[in-house]
Amino acid sequence: MRSIFNQVLVELARNDPRIYMVLADIGYGEIEPFAEAFPERFVNCGVAEQNMAGVACGVALEGNIAVTYSIANFPTLRCLEQIRNDSCYHNANVKIVIIGGGLAYGALGVSHQATEDIAIMRALPNMIVVCPCDFAEAEAATRAMIAHPGPVFYRCGYKKEPPIHQGLIDFQFGRAIRVRDGRDLTFIFTGTIGNQVVPAADALEQDGVHCRIISMHTVKPIDRGAILAAAAETGGIVVVEEHQCIGGLGGAVAEVLANACVMSQRFLHIALPDLYVSKVGSHEWLLDQYGLSTPKIVAAVRAMLNQGKSQDATSRKQPEG
Amino acid sequence: MPSEQDWIEPCRRLATTIRAHALRMTHHGESGHVGSMLSMAELLAVLYTRILRVDPRNPRKPDRDRFILSKGHGGGAVYAVLAELGFFPRDWLSTYYRDDGKLMGHISHHVPGVEFSTGSLGHGLPVTCGMALAAKRAAWQHRYFCLLSDGDCNSGATWEAILLAGHHHFDNLTVIVDYNRVQALGFSKDVLDLEPLGDKIRACGWAYREVDGHDVEQIDSVLRTLPFERGKPSWLTARTVKGKGVSFLENTVSCHYGSVNDAQLAQALEEIGVTQP
Repeated sequence: MRSIFNQVLVELARNDPRIYMVLADIGYGEIEPFAEAFPERFVNCGVAEQNMAGVACGVALEGNIAVTYSIANFPTLRCLEQIRNDSCYHNANVKIVIIGGGLAYGALGVSHQATEDIAIMRALPNMIVVCPCDFAEAEAATRAMIAHPGPVFYRCGYKKEPPIHQGLIDFQFGRAIRVRDGRDLTFIFTGTIGNQVVPAADALEQDGVHCRIISMHTVKPIDRGAILAAAAETGGIVVVEEHQCIGGLGGAVAEVLANACVMSQRFLHIALPDLYVSKVGSHEWLLDQYGLSTPKIVAAVRAMLNQGKSQDATSRKQPEG
Repeated sequence: MPSEQDWIEPCRRLATTIRAHALRMTHHGESGHVGSMLSMAELLAVLYTRILRVDPRNPRKPDRDRFILSKGHGGGAVYAVLAELGFFPRDWLSTYYRDDGKLMGHISHHVPGVEFSTGSLGHGLPVTCGMALAAKRAAWQHRYFCLLSDGDCNSGATWEAILLAGHHHFDNLTVIVDYNRVQALGFSKDVLDLEPLGDKIRACGWAYREVDGHDVEQIDSVLRTLPFERGKPSWLTARTVKGKGVSFLENTVSCHYGSVNDAQLAQALEEIGVTQP
């Protein structure tokens, strides 16, 4: 997905001389085409993310579009106050792109696992939070991000994520995309974890449970209508996110329901528990260990249906270790 | 026939007026940071009347010089000079730090003439560097100024930006340090000694100068030589006195967070030579 992002950005930059890339010495093997095509709009600040974020804001305030880009937490948490005070407060045209949300960097460890980013970024006024799930959404989200005149947080996948959408998509910030329809349950996911959700819905289909699947690519502003429709029209909501169980998509969906005084018949939140990952392993293996693989999602939904009552990630038994 | 020196006395009077406003604003608002405002009065008076190409009738004029106050806690002094120049009505100053006021404690870009909001130290120079970078690459001729405090120079982000500006030869960028040598919890030499500051800055690829930050003629003459060296960013350390002009505030740590009471206000105004309270 990061290759798609970079390809689309280069294409857009050919026609829009306002687009700058402001880096902190990360992006090897991906950012070179931009740097070579537009050296006058490329700057590597060195390993200095606070300065990168401030420089990006300054570039943007002079009428440009500044894209910062780095691994997982580096362009967000390391320079959070610059994002808040400089870019968001001034509503500057800065785009923050992280590569590898959630556990994508797997065995590299906790420093490289972005597991609180959605919660923190969506708390910032003026910030758009977008998490594309496949190449089609990644391309559309890149175009939408550049077209939007303000700060955007873009959580980009790390690998060759398979397609979730078939054919053309209608992508707009704040408008969820229905991947398929069903009446028994609604899966709401954001980002590349959709690749675990779709096969889980397939498996549940075999049980006779017909699931609606919604890609909530924009966590902020969130699509209230899609959530309220899911509560009204289907037998429950299952939120799946590759993120801490606090403050992310699950929290955002619950806020919509609570603020509308709407109770979905069932509610299940499948997310990372409130802890730092201590196990060592690949992305896929870690997802399974922490309850986010297809089989674990299927098992959690079956358990909910058998219990017939709501539960959430914080009350589920946490994995050992 | 007007003399070339005719600007000096009005400029000094403007510095005095900035001080008077700062004392009154922090007194009425019962807010802090008066010492930080008093120390940069001459710097602001010279910048806004002699150096910066800005237009109160058109504050967002595209080719204006940009001035970023990184020591946002001293914003009251910038509000004072902007009001005196006509960027907004003087009566806004009496609303500083008050309910439904026009002017918040730390400098705000919502105020006409203010380029950028700060308040947490270490933010001004990276942003100014980004602006200077964009301007360089667009071959714009206007200039970028960033006013720092001693405390700003503690911040890692400031030093990240110092390295970047030297590396990229931003000679459209000037830093001025209001070097009053006092910060929130003590004297800078005791908190985190910046010396030898000039050696450090020159080693990062900057052209470096020092002046007496209360001598308007010195400030003016050095800033008329910008850039100090072609192909390098310019750094001016202005040696100043925290709380300058008021005997009981000068060079005290307490005046960082302090303001003055009724009796002190009268005495302070008298000491700086303002008779109307």
